Amino acid sequence: MTPTLRITGLHFAYPDGSVALQGVDLTVAEGERVALLGPNGAGKTTLVLHLNGILHGGSGSVEITGVRVDPADRSRLADIRRRVGIVFQDPDDQLFMPTVAEDVAFGPANLGLRGPELHERVTEALDAVGMGDYRDRAPHHLSFGQRRRVAVATVLAMRPEVLVLDEPSSNLDPASRRELYEILTGLPITILMVTHDLPYALQLCDRSVILDGGRIAADGPTGDLLADAALMERHRLELPFGFNPLIRRT
Amino acid sequence: MSAAPLFLDRPSPVHRLAPEVKIVATVLFTIVVVATPREHVLPFAGFAVLLAIVAAIARVPAFWLLKRATIELPFVLLAVWLPVAGHGERVDWLGLSLSVDGLYGAWNIVAKGTLGVLASLLLAASTTSRDLIIGLDRLHCPSVFTQIATFMLRYLDVLVDDARRMRIARLSRGYDPRFLWQVKAFAVGVGALFLRAYERGERVYLAMVSRGYTGRLPVTSGEPAPAAQWVASAMLPVASAGIALATVLA
Repeated sequence: MTPTLRITGLHFAYPDGSVALQGVDLTVAEGERVALLGPNGAGKTTLVLHLNGILHGGSGSVEITGVRVDPADRSRLADIRRRVGIVFQDPDDQLFMPTVAEDVAFGPANLGLRGPELHERVTEALDAVGMGDYRDRAPHHLSFGQRRRVAVATVLAMRPEVLVLDEPSSNLDPASRRELYEILTGLPITILMVTHDLPYALQLCDRSVILDGGRIAADGPTGDLLADAALMERHRLELPFGFNPLIRRT
Repeated sequence: MSAAPLFLDRPSPVHRLAPEVKIVATVLFTIVVVATPREHVLPFAGFAVLLAIVAAIARVPAFWLLKRATIELPFVLLAVWLPVAGHGERVDWLGLSLSVDGLYGAWNIVAKGTLGVLASLLLAASTTSRDLIIGLDRLHCPSVFTQIATFMLRYLDVLVDDARRMRIARLSRGYDPRFLWQVKAFAVGVGALFLRAYERGERVYLAMVSRGYTGRLPVTSGEPAPAAQWVASAMLPVASAGIALATVLA
Protein backbone atom coordinates (compact mmCIF):
# COMPACT_ATOMS: atom_id res chain seq x y z
CA MET A 1 0.00 0.00 0.00
CA THR A 2 1.24 3.50 -0.84
CA PRO A 3 2.36 5.36 2.29
CA THR A 4 0.64 8.70 2.94
CA LEU A 5 4.00 10.40 3.23
CA ARG A 6 7.33 9.29 1.84
CA ILE A 7 10.43 11.47 2.10
CA THR A 8 13.64 10.18 0.51
CA GLY A 9 17.11 11.68 0.74
CA LEU A 10 15.88 15.22 1.32
CA HIS A 11 18.63 17.85 1.43
CA PHE A 12 18.13 21.57 1.81
CA ALA A 13 20.32 24.60 2.41
CA TYR A 14 19.07 28.16 2.86
CA PRO A 15 20.30 30.85 0.43
CA ASP A 16 22.70 32.14 3.09
CA GLY A 17 24.44 28.76 2.99
CA SER A 18 23.23 27.33 6.29
CA VAL A 19 22.44 23.67 5.80
CA ALA A 20 19.10 22.69 7.31
CA LEU A 21 18.41 19.17 6.02
CA GLN A 22 21.07 16.63 5.11
CA GLY A 23 19.38 13.52 3.83
CA VAL A 24 16.05 13.00 5.60
CA ASP A 25 14.27 9.68 5.00
CA LEU A 26 10.83 9.24 6.53
CA THR A 27 7.79 7.14 5.68
CA VAL A 28 4.44 7.55 7.37
CA ALA A 29 1.61 5.08 6.71
CA GLU A 30 -2.04 6.01 6.38
CA GLY A 31 -3.73 6.74 9.70
CA GLU A 32 -0.47 6.87 11.67
CA ARG A 33 0.16 9.59 14.23
CA VAL A 34 3.84 10.49 14.35
CA ALA A 35 5.60 13.02 16.56
CA LEU A 36 8.58 14.88 15.10
CA LEU A 37 10.91 15.72 17.97
CA GLY A 38 14.19 17.57 18.07
CA PRO A 39 16.02 20.50 19.59
CA ASN A 40 15.66 24.07 18.35
CA GLY A 41 17.32 24.54 14.99
CA ALA A 42 17.16 20.84 14.13
CA GLY A 43 15.36 21.57 10.85
CA LYS A 44 11.83 20.60 11.92
CA THR A 45 10.09 23.65 10.48
CA THR A 46 12.21 23.45 7.32
CA LEU A 47 11.08 19.86 6.88
CA VAL A 48 7.43 20.79 7.41
CA LEU A 49 7.59 23.54 4.77
CA HIS A 50 8.85 20.96 2.28
CA LEU A 51 5.75 18.81 2.71
CA ASN A 52 3.58 21.13 0.63
CA GLY A 53 6.28 22.54 -1.60
CA ILE A 54 6.73 25.96 0.00
CA LEU A 55 10.42 25.24 0.39
CA HIS A 56 12.18 23.32 -2.35
CA GLY A 57 15.33 23.38 -4.40
CA GLY A 58 17.52 20.81 -2.64
CA SER A 59 17.93 17.19 -3.68
CA GLY A 60 15.71 14.30 -2.67
CA SER A 61 11.97 13.92 -2.97
CA VAL A 62 8.71 14.21 -1.03
CA GLU A 63 5.71 12.11 -2.05
CA ILE A 64 2.19 12.50 -0.72
CA THR A 65 0.20 9.27 -1.34
CA GLY A 66 2.47 8.49 -4.22
CA VAL A 67 2.31 11.96 -5.81
CA ARG A 68 5.65 13.72 -5.94
CA VAL A 69 5.74 17.30 -4.66
CA ASP A 70 7.05 19.25 -7.64
CA PRO A 71 7.01 23.06 -7.31
CA ALA A 72 7.32 23.43 -11.10
CA ASP A 73 3.96 21.73 -11.63
CA ARG A 74 1.59 24.42 -10.38
CA SER A 75 -1.69 22.60 -10.96
CA ARG A 76 -0.50 19.56 -9.05
CA LEU A 77 0.91 21.78 -6.32
CA ALA A 78 -2.59 23.10 -5.59
CA ASP A 79 -3.72 19.50 -5.13
CA ILE A 80 -0.73 18.78 -2.86
CA ARG A 81 -1.65 21.79 -0.71
CA ARG A 82 -5.13 20.38 -0.33
CA ARG A 83 -3.77 16.98 0.71
CA VAL A 84 -1.27 18.38 3.23
CA GLY A 85 -2.89 20.57 5.85
CA ILE A 86 -0.38 22.57 7.89
CA VAL A 87 -1.49 24.17 11.15
CA PHE A 88 1.06 26.82 12.05
CA GLN A 89 2.22 27.55 15.54
CA ASP A 90 0.67 31.01 16.01
CA PRO A 91 -3.06 30.97 15.27
CA ASP A 92 -2.89 34.72 14.61
CA ASP A 93 -0.73 33.93 11.59
CA GLN A 94 -3.24 31.47 10.29
CA LEU A 95 -6.49 33.32 11.00
CA PHE A 96 -6.48 36.48 8.94
CA MET A 97 -10.08 36.93 7.81
CA PRO A 98 -12.54 39.11 9.73
CA THR A 99 -14.77 36.22 10.83
CA VAL A 100 -14.18 32.60 11.79
CA ALA A 101 -16.46 31.25 9.04
CA GLU A 102 -14.79 33.32 6.33
CA ASP A 103 -11.41 32.10 7.46
CA VAL A 104 -12.43 28.46 7.43
CA ALA A 105 -13.96 29.04 3.97
CA PHE A 106 -10.70 30.52 2.61
CA GLY A 107 -9.01 27.17 1.85
CA PRO A 108 -11.99 25.35 0.27
CA ALA A 109 -12.88 28.53 -1.69
CA ASN A 110 -9.37 28.49 -3.11
CA LEU A 111 -10.14 24.92 -4.23
CA GLY A 112 -13.11 26.29 -6.16
CA LEU A 113 -15.97 25.47 -3.79
CA ARG A 114 -18.89 27.93 -3.72
CA GLY A 115 -22.40 28.33 -2.31
CA PRO A 116 -24.07 25.62 -0.22
CA GLU A 117 -21.22 23.17 -0.74
CA LEU A 118 -18.75 25.67 0.73
CA HIS A 119 -21.11 26.43 3.61
CA GLU A 120 -21.42 22.74 4.38
CA ARG A 121 -17.63 22.30 4.36
CA VAL A 122 -17.26 25.16 6.85
CA THR A 123 -19.93 23.73 9.15
CA GLU A 124 -18.38 20.26 8.99
CA ALA A 125 -14.89 21.57 9.87
CA LEU A 126 -16.09 23.84 12.68
CA ASP A 127 -18.22 21.07 14.18
CA ALA A 128 -15.21 18.73 14.09
CA VAL A 129 -13.35 21.06 16.47
CA GLY A 130 -16.43 22.00 18.51
CA MET A 131 -16.49 25.62 17.32
CA GLY A 132 -19.76 25.52 15.39
CA ASP A 133 -21.29 28.25 17.55
CA TYR A 134 -18.55 30.75 16.77
CA ARG A 135 -19.00 31.09 12.99
CA ASP A 136 -19.57 34.82 12.90
CA ARG A 137 -17.17 35.84 15.65
CA ALA A 138 -13.99 37.77 14.94
CA PRO A 139 -10.88 35.61 15.53
CA HIS A 140 -9.30 38.19 17.85
CA HIS A 141 -12.29 37.95 20.17
CA LEU A 142 -11.69 34.25 20.83
CA SER A 143 -9.47 32.75 23.53
CA PHE A 144 -6.10 31.39 22.48
CA GLY A 145 -7.26 27.78 22.77
CA GLN A 146 -10.34 28.52 20.67
CA ARG A 147 -8.18 30.22 18.04
CA ARG A 148 -5.93 27.17 17.86
CA ARG A 149 -9.00 24.95 17.35
CA VAL A 150 -10.29 27.24 14.60
CA ALA A 151 -6.83 27.10 13.00
CA VAL A 152 -7.16 23.31 12.91
CA ALA A 153 -10.63 23.71 11.36
CA THR A 154 -9.30 26.00 8.60
CA VAL A 155 -7.12 23.11 7.49
CA LEU A 156 -9.68 20.33 8.06
CA ALA A 157 -12.08 22.20 5.76
CA MET A 158 -9.79 21.24 2.89
CA ARG A 159 -10.23 17.53 3.79
CA PRO A 160 -6.49 16.85 3.89
CA GLU A 161 -4.92 13.41 3.86
CA VAL A 162 -2.21 14.37 6.31
CA LEU A 163 -2.50 16.93 9.08
CA VAL A 164 0.78 18.60 10.04
CA LEU A 165 0.77 20.46 13.36
CA ASP A 166 3.56 22.80 14.42
CA GLU A 167 3.72 22.90 18.23
CA PRO A 168 -0.02 22.28 18.70
CA SER A 169 0.11 22.41 22.50
CA SER A 170 2.23 25.57 22.89
CA ASN A 171 0.66 28.27 25.06
CA LEU A 172 -2.42 26.18 25.78
CA ASP A 173 -3.78 25.80 29.29
CA PRO A 174 -4.14 22.17 30.46
CA ALA A 175 -7.87 22.04 29.70
CA SER A 176 -7.44 23.42 26.17
CA ARG A 177 -4.56 21.01 25.71
CA ARG A 178 -6.76 18.06 26.64
CA GLU A 179 -9.63 19.32 24.44
CA LEU A 180 -7.26 19.52 21.49
CA TYR A 181 -6.05 16.00 22.30
CA GLU A 182 -9.62 14.73 22.20
CA ILE A 183 -10.26 16.46 18.88
CA LEU A 184 -7.07 15.15 17.29
CA THR A 185 -7.51 11.56 18.44
CA GLY A 186 -11.07 11.64 17.09
CA LEU A 187 -9.92 12.53 13.57
CA PRO A 188 -9.56 9.62 11.14
CA ILE A 189 -6.49 11.16 9.53
CA THR A 190 -2.72 10.81 9.32
CA ILE A 191 -1.00 13.23 11.70
CA LEU A 192 2.56 14.53 11.81
CA MET A 193 3.10 16.65 14.89
CA VAL A 194 6.15 18.82 15.51
CA THR A 195 6.55 19.36 19.23
CA HIS A 196 8.78 20.00 22.22
CA ASP A 197 5.99 18.82 24.49
CA LEU A 198 7.20 15.26 25.08
CA PRO A 199 4.32 14.12 27.34
CA TYR A 200 1.91 15.32 24.63
CA ALA A 201 3.84 13.33 22.02
CA LEU A 202 3.57 10.24 24.21
CA GLN A 203 -0.12 10.82 24.77
CA LEU A 204 -1.00 11.36 21.10
CA CYS A 205 1.52 9.47 19.01
CA ASP A 206 2.55 5.82 19.17
CA ARG A 207 5.55 6.57 16.99
CA SER A 208 8.15 9.33 17.20
CA VAL A 209 11.11 10.40 15.12
CA ILE A 210 13.95 12.56 16.36
CA LEU A 211 15.36 15.06 13.89
CA ASP A 212 18.76 16.49 14.76
CA GLY A 213 21.35 18.21 12.64
CA GLY A 214 19.15 17.83 9.57
CA ARG A 215 18.97 14.03 9.84
CA ILE A 216 16.56 11.51 11.34
CA ALA A 217 18.49 10.40 14.41
CA ALA A 218 15.97 7.94 15.81
CA ASP A 219 12.65 6.41 14.84
CA GLY A 220 10.58 4.15 17.06
CA PRO A 221 7.76 3.80 19.57
CA THR A 222 7.45 7.08 21.49
CA GLY A 223 7.66 5.40 24.90
CA ASP A 224 10.91 3.60 24.01
CA LEU A 225 12.57 6.77 22.70
CA LEU A 226 11.59 8.85 25.72
CA ALA A 227 12.83 6.14 28.10
CA ASP A 228 16.27 5.98 26.43
CA ALA A 229 18.11 8.50 28.59
CA ALA A 230 21.37 8.41 26.59
CA LEU A 231 19.57 8.99 23.28
CA MET A 232 17.56 11.83 24.77
CA GLU A 233 20.62 13.55 26.14
CA ARG A 234 22.49 13.25 22.85
CA HIS A 235 19.76 15.22 21.12
CA ARG A 236 19.13 17.87 23.77
CA LEU A 237 15.73 16.43 24.66
CA GLU A 238 14.63 16.57 28.27
CA LEU A 239 11.56 15.28 30.00
CA PRO A 240 9.66 17.64 32.31
CA PHE A 241 10.49 17.32 35.97
CA GLY A 242 8.78 14.36 37.59
CA PHE A 243 7.59 12.82 34.33
CA ASN A 244 8.12 9.09 33.88
CA PRO A 245 7.51 7.87 30.31
CA LEU A 246 7.26 4.25 31.44
CA ILE A 247 4.03 4.92 33.29
CA ARG A 248 1.59 4.89 30.38
CA ARG A 249 -1.79 6.57 30.49
CA THR A 250 -4.62 4.24 31.28
CA MET B 1 -9.05 49.44 20.79
CA SER B 2 -11.86 47.98 18.82
CA ALA B 3 -11.87 47.40 15.09
CA ALA B 4 -15.14 49.31 14.68
CA PRO B 5 -15.08 52.18 17.16
CA LEU B 6 -17.61 54.24 15.18
CA PHE B 7 -20.22 51.56 14.61
CA LEU B 8 -23.53 51.89 16.49
CA ASP B 9 -25.41 48.62 16.49
CA ARG B 10 -29.06 49.61 15.96
CA PRO B 11 -31.92 47.82 14.24
CA SER B 12 -32.73 50.51 11.66
CA PRO B 13 -33.63 50.63 7.96
CA VAL B 14 -30.39 52.54 7.30
CA HIS B 15 -28.34 49.80 8.96
CA ARG B 16 -30.07 47.19 6.82
CA LEU B 17 -29.15 48.89 3.53
CA ALA B 18 -26.38 47.19 1.56
CA PRO B 19 -23.03 48.90 2.19
CA GLU B 20 -22.37 49.80 -1.46
CA VAL B 21 -25.57 51.87 -1.80
CA LYS B 22 -24.72 53.79 1.39
CA ILE B 23 -21.18 54.51 0.18
CA VAL B 24 -22.45 55.80 -3.17
CA ALA B 25 -25.15 57.92 -1.50
CA THR B 26 -22.62 59.45 0.92
CA VAL B 27 -20.12 60.28 -1.83
CA LEU B 28 -22.80 61.82 -4.09
CA PHE B 29 -24.24 63.84 -1.21
CA THR B 30 -20.78 65.17 -0.37
CA ILE B 31 -20.17 66.12 -4.01
CA VAL B 32 -23.47 68.05 -4.11
CA VAL B 33 -22.55 69.84 -0.88
CA VAL B 34 -19.10 70.78 -2.13
CA ALA B 35 -20.46 71.91 -5.52
CA THR B 36 -23.09 74.21 -4.00
CA PRO B 37 -21.93 77.88 -4.30
CA ARG B 38 -20.97 79.29 -0.92
CA GLU B 39 -22.90 82.53 -1.38
CA HIS B 40 -26.16 80.64 -0.85
CA VAL B 41 -26.85 79.96 2.79
CA LEU B 42 -30.28 78.35 2.66
CA PRO B 43 -29.38 75.13 0.81
CA PHE B 44 -26.88 74.28 3.56
CA ALA B 45 -29.67 74.47 6.12
CA GLY B 46 -31.61 72.14 3.85
CA PHE B 47 -28.69 69.69 3.70
CA ALA B 48 -28.44 69.72 7.50
CA VAL B 49 -32.16 68.93 7.75
CA LEU B 50 -31.71 66.02 5.34
CA LEU B 51 -28.87 64.62 7.46
CA ALA B 52 -30.98 65.06 10.60
CA ILE B 53 -33.72 62.99 8.96
CA VAL B 54 -31.25 60.24 8.04
CA ALA B 55 -29.83 60.30 11.59
CA ALA B 56 -33.34 59.98 13.00
CA ILE B 57 -34.15 57.00 10.76
CA ALA B 58 -30.79 55.39 11.63
CA ARG B 59 -31.47 56.07 15.33
CA VAL B 60 -28.13 57.78 15.79
CA PRO B 61 -28.34 60.28 18.70
CA ALA B 62 -27.46 63.90 17.88
CA PHE B 63 -25.07 64.14 20.82
CA TRP B 64 -23.18 61.05 19.67
CA LEU B 65 -22.73 62.67 16.25
CA LEU B 66 -21.71 66.08 17.60
CA LYS B 67 -19.17 64.62 19.99
CA ARG B 68 -17.44 62.71 17.20
CA ALA B 69 -17.73 65.61 14.76
CA THR B 70 -15.22 67.49 16.94
CA ILE B 71 -12.55 65.69 14.86
CA GLU B 72 -12.90 68.58 12.39
CA LEU B 73 -12.03 71.24 14.98
CA PRO B 74 -8.32 71.54 14.07
CA PHE B 75 -9.33 72.24 10.46
CA VAL B 76 -12.06 74.69 11.43
CA LEU B 77 -9.64 76.63 13.66
CA LEU B 78 -7.70 77.59 10.54
CA ALA B 79 -10.90 78.95 9.03
CA VAL B 80 -11.32 81.36 11.96
CA TRP B 81 -8.31 83.34 10.75
CA LEU B 82 -9.64 83.82 7.24
CA PRO B 83 -11.99 86.78 8.00
CA VAL B 84 -9.25 88.56 9.96
CA ALA B 85 -6.46 87.95 7.50
CA GLY B 86 -8.49 88.17 4.29
CA HIS B 87 -8.17 90.94 1.68
CA GLY B 88 -10.66 93.04 -0.26
CA GLU B 89 -13.90 94.63 0.88
CA ARG B 90 -14.23 94.79 4.68
CA VAL B 91 -17.10 95.13 7.14
CA ASP B 92 -17.02 96.32 10.75
CA TRP B 93 -18.45 94.00 13.39
CA LEU B 94 -18.05 94.50 17.15
CA GLY B 95 -15.12 96.78 16.45
CA LEU B 96 -13.38 94.19 14.29
CA SER B 97 -12.64 94.86 10.67
CA LEU B 98 -13.44 91.66 8.82
CA SER B 99 -12.89 90.71 5.20
CA VAL B 100 -16.11 89.82 3.36
CA ASP B 101 -14.24 87.35 1.19
CA GLY B 102 -12.63 85.84 4.29
CA LEU B 103 -16.02 85.48 5.98
CA TYR B 104 -17.38 83.60 3.00
CA GLY B 105 -14.23 81.48 2.97
CA ALA B 106 -14.63 80.57 6.63
CA TRP B 107 -18.35 79.84 6.20
CA ASN B 108 -17.50 77.68 3.19
CA ILE B 109 -15.02 75.55 5.14
CA VAL B 110 -17.13 75.24 8.29
CA ALA B 111 -20.43 74.45 6.57
CA LYS B 112 -19.13 72.05 3.94
CA GLY B 113 -16.66 70.42 6.34
CA THR B 114 -19.28 69.85 9.02
CA LEU B 115 -21.80 68.40 6.57
CA GLY B 116 -19.14 66.09 5.09
CA VAL B 117 -18.00 64.90 8.51
CA LEU B 118 -21.56 64.30 9.65
CA ALA B 119 -22.39 62.33 6.50
CA SER B 120 -19.28 60.15 6.94
CA LEU B 121 -20.09 59.62 10.62
CA LEU B 122 -23.61 58.49 9.69
CA LEU B 123 -22.12 56.03 7.19
CA ALA B 124 -19.66 54.71 9.80
CA ALA B 125 -22.34 54.50 12.49
CA SER B 126 -24.63 52.40 10.32
CA THR B 127 -22.04 50.18 8.59
CA THR B 128 -19.40 47.92 10.14
CA SER B 129 -15.83 48.30 8.89
CA ARG B 130 -16.09 44.82 7.42
CA ASP B 131 -19.22 45.77 5.45
CA LEU B 132 -17.56 48.96 4.22
CA ILE B 133 -14.80 46.84 2.67
CA ILE B 134 -17.36 44.45 1.15
CA GLY B 135 -19.18 47.48 -0.26
CA LEU B 136 -16.00 48.88 -1.79
CA ASP B 137 -15.28 45.46 -3.25
CA ARG B 138 -18.73 45.31 -4.87
CA LEU B 139 -18.16 48.79 -6.27
CA HIS B 140 -15.11 47.31 -8.04
CA CYS B 141 -12.55 49.09 -5.92
CA PRO B 142 -9.17 47.50 -6.89
CA SER B 143 -8.72 44.33 -4.85
CA VAL B 144 -5.25 45.45 -3.74
CA PHE B 145 -6.91 48.20 -1.67
CA THR B 146 -9.67 46.03 -0.24
CA GLN B 147 -7.19 43.25 0.61
CA ILE B 148 -4.91 45.71 2.40
CA ALA B 149 -7.90 47.13 4.28
CA THR B 150 -9.05 43.64 5.24
CA PHE B 151 -5.64 42.81 6.67
CA MET B 152 -5.42 46.12 8.48
CA LEU B 153 -8.80 45.46 10.06
CA ARG B 154 -7.72 42.02 11.18
CA TYR B 155 -4.24 42.85 12.44
CA LEU B 156 -4.74 46.30 13.93
CA ASP B 157 -5.81 44.78 17.25
CA VAL B 158 -2.90 42.33 17.19
CA LEU B 159 -0.45 45.19 16.57
CA VAL B 160 -1.97 47.41 19.25
CA ASP B 161 -1.73 44.46 21.63
CA ASP B 162 1.92 43.91 20.69
CA ALA B 163 2.67 47.59 21.25
CA ARG B 164 0.90 47.53 24.61
CA ARG B 165 2.84 44.46 25.78
CA MET B 166 6.13 46.00 24.68
CA ARG B 167 5.28 49.20 26.52
CA ILE B 168 4.40 47.31 29.71
CA ALA B 169 7.67 45.35 29.40
CA ARG B 170 9.59 48.65 29.06
CA LEU B 171 7.83 50.19 32.05
CA SER B 172 8.46 47.04 34.09
CA ARG B 173 12.18 47.53 33.64
CA GLY B 174 12.10 50.97 35.13
CA TYR B 175 11.57 52.99 31.96
CA ASP B 176 9.90 56.27 32.80
CA PRO B 177 9.73 58.51 29.74
CA ARG B 178 9.61 62.14 30.84
CA PHE B 179 12.29 63.88 28.81
CA LEU B 180 12.86 64.15 25.12
CA TRP B 181 16.15 62.23 25.19
CA GLN B 182 14.30 59.26 26.63
CA VAL B 183 12.39 58.95 23.39
CA LYS B 184 15.06 56.57 22.11
CA ALA B 185 13.56 53.49 23.76
CA PHE B 186 10.18 54.40 22.29
CA ALA B 187 11.67 54.86 18.82
CA VAL B 188 13.50 51.54 19.04
CA GLY B 189 10.22 50.00 20.18
CA VAL B 190 8.47 51.34 17.09
CA GLY B 191 11.24 49.85 14.96
CA ALA B 192 10.90 46.49 16.69
CA LEU B 193 7.14 46.64 16.18
CA PHE B 194 7.67 47.25 12.47
CA LEU B 195 10.00 44.25 12.24
CA ARG B 196 7.50 42.08 14.10
CA ALA B 197 4.70 43.17 11.79
CA TYR B 198 6.90 42.50 8.79
CA GLU B 199 7.82 39.01 9.99
CA ARG B 200 4.22 38.27 10.84
CA GLY B 201 3.32 39.33 7.32
CA GLU B 202 5.69 36.68 5.99
CA ARG B 203 4.22 34.01 8.25
CA VAL B 204 0.63 34.94 7.38
CA TYR B 205 1.54 34.75 3.70
CA LEU B 206 3.09 31.28 4.14
CA ALA B 207 -0.02 30.08 5.96
CA MET B 208 -2.20 31.50 3.16
CA VAL B 209 -0.11 29.89 0.41
CA SER B 210 -0.39 26.59 2.28
CA ARG B 211 -4.14 26.86 1.90
CA GLY B 212 -3.99 27.46 -1.83
CA TYR B 213 -3.78 31.29 -2.01
CA THR B 214 -2.91 32.43 -5.52
CA GLY B 215 -3.13 36.21 -5.19
CA ARG B 216 -6.90 36.69 -5.10
CA LEU B 217 -9.12 36.42 -2.07
CA PRO B 218 -12.14 34.24 -2.81
CA VAL B 219 -15.26 36.18 -3.77
CA THR B 220 -17.31 36.79 -0.67
CA SER B 221 -20.77 35.38 -0.96
CA GLY B 222 -23.82 37.58 -0.65
CA GLU B 223 -26.30 39.17 -2.98
CA PRO B 224 -25.74 42.59 -4.57
CA ALA B 225 -28.14 45.28 -3.38
CA PRO B 226 -31.69 45.10 -4.81
CA ALA B 227 -32.93 48.04 -6.91
CA ALA B 228 -35.28 49.18 -4.13
CA GLN B 229 -32.27 49.88 -1.87
CA TRP B 230 -30.58 51.93 -4.57
CA VAL B 231 -33.77 53.96 -4.98
CA ALA B 232 -34.16 54.44 -1.22
CA SER B 233 -30.59 55.58 -0.69
CA ALA B 234 -30.65 57.77 -3.80
CA MET B 235 -33.23 59.96 -2.07
CA LEU B 236 -30.52 61.71 -0.02
CA PRO B 237 -28.31 62.90 -2.92
CA VAL B 238 -31.33 63.56 -5.18
CA ALA B 239 -33.07 65.67 -2.54
CA SER B 240 -29.91 67.63 -1.80
CA ALA B 241 -29.26 68.19 -5.51
CA GLY B 242 -32.87 69.39 -5.83
CA ILE B 243 -32.41 71.88 -3.00
CA ALA B 244 -29.13 73.15 -4.46
CA LEU B 245 -30.52 73.53 -7.98
CA ALA B 246 -33.72 75.20 -6.80
CA THR B 247 -31.91 77.92 -4.84
CA VAL B 248 -29.23 78.51 -7.48
CA LEU B 249 -31.86 78.84 -10.26
CA ALA B 250 -34.07 81.05 -8.10
